Amino acid sequence: MAKKLRTRNHKVVLARSRGGDAGITFILVIFGIFMFLPMYYVVIQSLKPLDELWMFPPRFYVAKPTFNNFKDLFTLMSGSLVPFSRYIFNTVFTSVAGVIGNLFFSSLAAYAFAKIKFPGGKSMFKLVRTSLMFHKTVTAVTCFILMSALQIIDTYWAIIIPAWGSTLGLYLMKQFMETNVTDAVLESSRLDGASELKTFWVIAMPMVKPGWLTLIVYSFQDLWNAGASIYIHSEQLKSLNYAIQQITAGGIKRAGASAAATVIMMLVPISVFIITQSNIIETMGSSGMKD
Amino acid sequence: MSQKTATKKAVARKDMTKWQWTWKEMKRNKVAYLMILPYMLVFTCFTVLPVVLSIFISFTDFNMLQMPNIVWLDNYIRLFLDDDIFITACKNTLIFAAIVGPVSYFMSLIIAWFINELPPKLRAIVTLIFYAPSISGQVYLVWQTLFSSDAYGWANAWMMKLGVINKEIAFFEDADWVMPLCIVVALWTSLGTSFLAFIAGLQGIDKAQFEAGAVDGIKNRWQEFWFITLPNMKPQLMFGAVMAITNSFGFGGVVTALCGFPSVDYAAHTIVHHLDDYGGQRFEIGYSSTIAVVLFAVMIGSNMLVKKVLSKVGS
Repeated sequence: MAKKLRTRNHKVVLARSRGGDAGITFILVIFGIFMFLPMYYVVIQSLKPLDELWMFPPRFYVAKPTFNNFKDLFTLMSGSLVPFSRYIFNTVFTSVAGVIGNLFFSSLAAYAFAKIKFPGGKSMFKLVRTSLMFHKTVTAVTCFILMSALQIIDTYWAIIIPAWGSTLGLYLMKQFMETNVTDAVLESSRLDGASELKTFWVIAMPMVKPGWLTLIVYSFQDLWNAGASIYIHSEQLKSLNYAIQQITAGGIKRAGASAAATVIMMLVPISVFIITQSNIIETMGSSGMKD
Repeated sequence: MSQKTATKKAVARKDMTKWQWTWKEMKRNKVAYLMILPYMLVFTCFTVLPVVLSIFISFTDFNMLQMPNIVWLDNYIRLFLDDDIFITACKNTLIFAAIVGPVSYFMSLIIAWFINELPPKLRAIVTLIFYAPSISGQVYLVWQTLFSSDAYGWANAWMMKLGVINKEIAFFEDADWVMPLCIVVALWTSLGTSFLAFIAGLQGIDKAQFEAGAVDGIKNRWQEFWFITLPNMKPQLMFGAVMAITNSFGFGGVVTALCGFPSVDYAAHTIVHHLDDYGGQRFEIGYSSTIAVVLFAVMIGSNMLVKKVLSKVGS
């Protein structure tokens, strides 16, 4: 017996077999468990009291949940050599400065690439797009040499400035502007005598809010999750993620605190994604490569 | 492209040459150059220049201390003929990328397709469950807890309880286990940007096409997928492939975090690690640049290849 899925106008029905539905649900559940269980396990670990952490065999639930691991984590934090607030400041500062610069510079460039025809524009964008094809670990060493030449090694700039030139952000923004900002609107603004910069700022930018959010989220995730960097030596300039890794690398007696730290670190990007999900998906709608 | 359009218009205008016209266009659009300037400056500095510089340095014996000498192809010869660990790294990288790239790609596509017909609220939750591991930073280290070397690790505990083994396995220190486990963890974190792009691509397909397909005799969802869905989301398929391939070569950090560096018997030693070894630790910049150039070529090459294959989908 085939179940029929009605479409909008109720005239045509799409074929959907029960067996297919069951199979799809089954596969989704299996994959869902594979994806979800480790995440869930971290949360459970972080809530376990000491005796439950060292139970054989380990359990996927917690009998007497406690926040002691989080308390331990904060005790460990307050004992660190550099005040912990400094690490938090480092990550927040580099994240904010990196994200703002990235949003502003990428949007400017994306607008020019998407909406103005100028000699060399297409080939330059092609170059940017090609750089999506290699991972940035390839250039880490030469970047180091260049940064030493620019004398920004071991400063916040070594983290912030490269973030301004992120390729994915520009690519997504340009594609999104191309499909969502109509030329007619821009043309009428230009005819009214507005400058190109004003048209960009007043007309185009408000039309691509999902694009901004996506750019912000992507750029923020990168910077927030940044661990130890080869460009930073000074302890007081290192990132929060690095500091937490140091604390939790203290072996098995810190297993609880380590789980608590992981939970705190992952809550931020996950909450950001929950808030912005629909906008990001909207932006991705225009992410395709035509050739 | 712009050159071509310029030529076309120049033909229409007899009063000036192609170059004069281009120059005029450039002057007329100078605000556009101004707008891309800040971005392009950073992009050139930290993306283009490093690649170009790597290629140059790969022909020298630069080591950060002495004046570099030009050694032409010596580094390349040493890399391919005289460096056994590099050959191991190549093999591992190819195995890793050949499994993680395609599997994560198809997993993203199939799961995105499966959840496409769920009601919006439920779809948002399911999307989050699948996407969360890729954005949660260090959370993949939980696999170390699950597969830890003592009896408190979940895998050891259950296998011992069920009598499969009677002594703990040190998973991340065992040459037989390192690679498969790293692949599983990499796959676990791989439902990222391409996954979201596929979800968006599926949402964007005009429903009328499916109705027309049903009228034209599409019998089941598989036919619908093949004949209507896939051809319609070709641009997303292309973009997703690029993201999946690029990421499949860049999992070095995950591997190092899980099994340390170097991994036992170089069992999970990839080209990225080899690069890091010579560039970041031994400061043989010339040699490490050679490795970087080879890796760069492999990444771009496999992307080009897959793009060519994908452009045939549905045609």
